[in-house]
Amino acid sequence: MSELLLQLEGVHTHIGQYHILQGVDLAVPKGGITVLLGRNGAGKTTTLRTIMGLWHASRGTVRFAGGDITQSPTPEIACAGIAYVPETMSIFSDLTVRENLFLAARGVKSADQMDEARLEWIFGFFGALKKFWNQPAGTLSGGQKQMVAIARAIVEPRKLLLIDEPTKGLAPAIIQGMIAAFRELKQTETILLVEQNFSFVSALGDSVAVMDGGRIVHSGSMAELTEDRDLQHKLLGLSLDTHQ
Amino acid sequence: MTTIATVAAQDSALPKLRVDILPLLLVPVLALAMLPLVGSFPTWVTLTVAGLAMGMMVFMMASGLTLIFGLMDVLNFGHGAFVSVGAFTATLVLLPMKGWVEADSILLNLSVLGLAIVLAMLVTGMLGWAFERIIIRPVYGLHLKQILITMGGMIVAEQLIHVIWGAEQIPLQLPTTFRGAFIIGDAALEKYRLIAVGVGLTVFVTMFLVLNRTKVGLLIRAGVENGEMVEALGYRIRRLFVGVFMAGSALAGLGGVMWGLYKETLTAAIGGEITVLVFIVIIIGGLGSVGGCFIGAMLVALVANYAGFLAPKVALVSDILLMVTVLLWRPQGLYPVAKR
Repeated sequence: MSELLLQLEGVHTHIGQYHILQGVDLAVPKGGITVLLGRNGAGKTTTLRTIMGLWHASRGTVRFAGGDITQSPTPEIACAGIAYVPETMSIFSDLTVRENLFLAARGVKSADQMDEARLEWIFGFFGALKKFWNQPAGTLSGGQKQMVAIARAIVEPRKLLLIDEPTKGLAPAIIQGMIAAFRELKQTETILLVEQNFSFVSALGDSVAVMDGGRIVHSGSMAELTEDRDLQHKLLGLSLDTHQ
Repeated sequence: MTTIATVAAQDSALPKLRVDILPLLLVPVLALAMLPLVGSFPTWVTLTVAGLAMGMMVFMMASGLTLIFGLMDVLNFGHGAFVSVGAFTATLVLLPMKGWVEADSILLNLSVLGLAIVLAMLVTGMLGWAFERIIIRPVYGLHLKQILITMGGMIVAEQLIHVIWGAEQIPLQLPTTFRGAFIIGDAALEKYRLIAVGVGLTVFVTMFLVLNRTKVGLLIRAGVENGEMVEALGYRIRRLFVGVFMAGSALAGLGGVMWGLYKETLTAAIGGEITVLVFIVIIIGGLGSVGGCFIGAMLVALVANYAGFLAPKVALVSDILLMVTVLLWRPQGLYPVAKR
């Protein structure tokens, strides 16, 4: 079994009076893409936000690279090597693409000091960013904004990327481009990917966990879930055929 | 390999950005539209310069508040306290160093004004640090409590000023070389107003450069838009909060010094009196927008000056009417800041 990078044990998260995560156990191995699936309201986004420290677990532990980050503040978690791409993308629309990436490059003091080789690597799969380098990010299309959000997460090497529904609202042609980008990304990065688009993640995922009612109800390999239509029906209420 | 520099050079081939220039045109259009109504060119020049000078001073006081609201989501109704404290702190320099104030030397006059400004900004900056820790920090995210506690803070500050400096008005003398006016043709341009314009422009340009050319400035702009994401990138936004609060308070202190010298008389209520105007300015400009705040301050001051000359009775409500008109046109203000 490959080394575990992230491990959640019995994690409970409350938001106000609501008890959202009700004992999440999740293991993310180092390398490749772990997919977190589940219906709306199952707790996927809350899981990512809890890992990131944006909401703190009321019980349980979150361990990352051997250390306990359960109650760590968000900036500390980010500095430990976790990057977050929220569902809303949360790009800084008043800032240019360049400035968005510059802020994410914590190690440099000026935008000119950003690692050019790494930027070229990013431009390799998100070519539009090069074209719109000095445009305010708010003027870009939805797909381009998603590229900025992901590029921001990988502008410097990170140990783990948390990516929440990157295909949401995107046109099929752009999603195909995203698949190619993620295929390349997973060669070097570890990704925990939340998605509802099963056809997208089935082409990419290495391992999978399925959430329901604030708990993980299934975990295993993506290949196993892709092949087992009964299991898909049981866990997700869909099959690959009906969700192309 | 294509470098980033060449990428930037390729931008010339990109479609031009749509720059929202309408709000920028408001100030010159308003000024020019008033010329036939005022009738006399020299009077119009005098009114316009007076309006711009007042606008610059209001901008100094309002710019910090708009950043504090935009970044920290804090409704600081106690901002006027920093104006008052700044103005009164200046007396600690201006009154004992009366010789420098009265000297007919621009060097000594500028030195004494500079010292007063530095001391006022230091005191109000430190006071801002304490205010944020003691009064603001417990009420982050609680707007009603923020309003109540910051108004309470302002009342306490005013009373403390009474305790320290007494309840009497304190006359504040303009340095000798700042008094009087330049006469150009038939127009009289008061020297101190021109100095206020210079100081205001310096503050605006400095803020513009910091916010656009430095990483801290970009973080502040990003934090105004989405503080949570700034934290997720690994930056401690609480430290930014404290820094911005201190800077905003120090700017209010600077505004207080300039405003106090403009009024030439100090009372503890000097900050409270200007607070309403400052809030009108930041609402007109768009909460969190420094550029909008600058234009808003110019508009408010010019309208007040023109209305005071043309229709003194309307002048009492001219700022409110201006705010209503702007908000009917742009409900989020002239330059709304994108929020999450």
